[in-house]
Amino acid sequence: MIEFHLDGRSGVAPYLQLIHQVRHALRLGLLHEGDQLPKVKDVAAGLAINPNTVLKAYRELEYEGLVAARPGIGTFVTGTLDGGSLAAHGPLRRDLQRWLAKARRAGLDDESIEALFASAFRSAAEQDIA
Amino acid sequence: MNAAIATEGLGKRYRRLWALADCTLAIPAGHVVGLVGPNGAGKTTLLRIAAGMLTPTTGAIQVLGGRPVAGPEQLARVGFLAQDAPVYARLTVADHLKLGAHLNPAWDAGLARRRIGRLDLDLDQKAGTLSGGQRSQLALTLAVAKRPELLILDEPVASLDPLARREFLQDLMETVAEQQVSVVMSSHLVGDLERVCDYLVVLVASRVQIAGPVEDLLATHHLVSGPRRDPRSLPGGITVISASHTDVQSTLLVRTSGPVFDPAWTVSEVGVEDIVLAYMSQAAGRRRRDHQLEEVPK
Repeated sequence: MIEFHLDGRSGVAPYLQLIHQVRHALRLGLLHEGDQLPKVKDVAAGLAINPNTVLKAYRELEYEGLVAARPGIGTFVTGTLDGGSLAAHGPLRRDLQRWLAKARRAGLDDESIEALFASAFRSAAEQDIA
Repeated sequence: MNAAIATEGLGKRYRRLWALADCTLAIPAGHVVGLVGPNGAGKTTLLRIAAGMLTPTTGAIQVLGGRPVAGPEQLARVGFLAQDAPVYARLTVADHLKLGAHLNPAWDAGLARRRIGRLDLDLDQKAGTLSGGQRSQLALTLAVAKRPELLILDEPVASLDPLARREFLQDLMETVAEQQVSVVMSSHLVGDLERVCDYLVVLVASRVQIAGPVEDLLATHHLVSGPRRDPRSLPGGITVISASHTDVQSTLLVRTSGPVFDPAWTVSEVGVEDIVLAYMSQAAGRRRRDHQLEEVPK
């Protein structure tokens, strides 16, 4: 079972934050088909947020085909987002960690690393389009 | 839409002073509604009339379709938590539950006991020795265990420390999820309201400045900034709520039904707090101007 958290200063609507966290957990393989999402009541009580916000997030995820509600029981994962690539995550993560260590040794701080990654990511995406 | 509270020209006068004057509003049921506004806006008076604690001087009010003081059945449908969560200091927690059971026909003793257990309250403790947070939760327990259709909370967390406040709101949200009860609560703590409320009413000087689902308010309000210009020159369909100008730049909080298309403007999203403050200062500015106009003819 995953646990939700809310960033009050992010400016992102709470229901979107919940959706992102479920999608994120699906991508990273923390949630699998058949897993149950936290109960609406427990999320509302845990985060002190309106139950309708949680319902809205779950409805949206259901619409995307990622989860299904079973009335009276709960909401369960029915889809995946890893696209079968989960097996490749391990080696890729190790590559990234080696790269991060190299960047640190070269004297880059967190902000520079993030900026460099984002800029490389963007230019790669642009090349794909072109 | 079924109204939790609907008023028409509602007013309450104490001697010569109107605490609430000509207030007309409709608050829908099925929501957690936040009622915000400056001190003296009439929030407490409105909530006390709705709970049947006060009789209005003028106008009409319906709560869940009935008159607040119509009789015991109507009183049983509404749970009220007054400011500062009053409890009987000399009575124990258990005494309060007995009193609740005695006074309320639909009293849910199991629910009350479960809540007291979950909140870790000692049944034999005198209510006067409880902490502020515990007192609020005892008072909320009494209001919830009567199984009302509507809970009216007047500044329920104003006097609580941040931890007690969070615990109270967690408890309240769990209750809403479990019992599908409608809630109308007044508060100054807009940050809390953003999390717990899905409907907002901004009241200034007995007048509703804006009311609607939080989601709609967020979708229709934007902060735009750009080269200085006269707000009156904006295209139709855009209402300026607040504006500030430097010699070169204008920053406006606007309400609009559609997207803002103007390459010269930077559009950013606003939070509930920005929206509430903009409407409150707009109303305050209007009142200052009105007073000045009244004083001029002397």
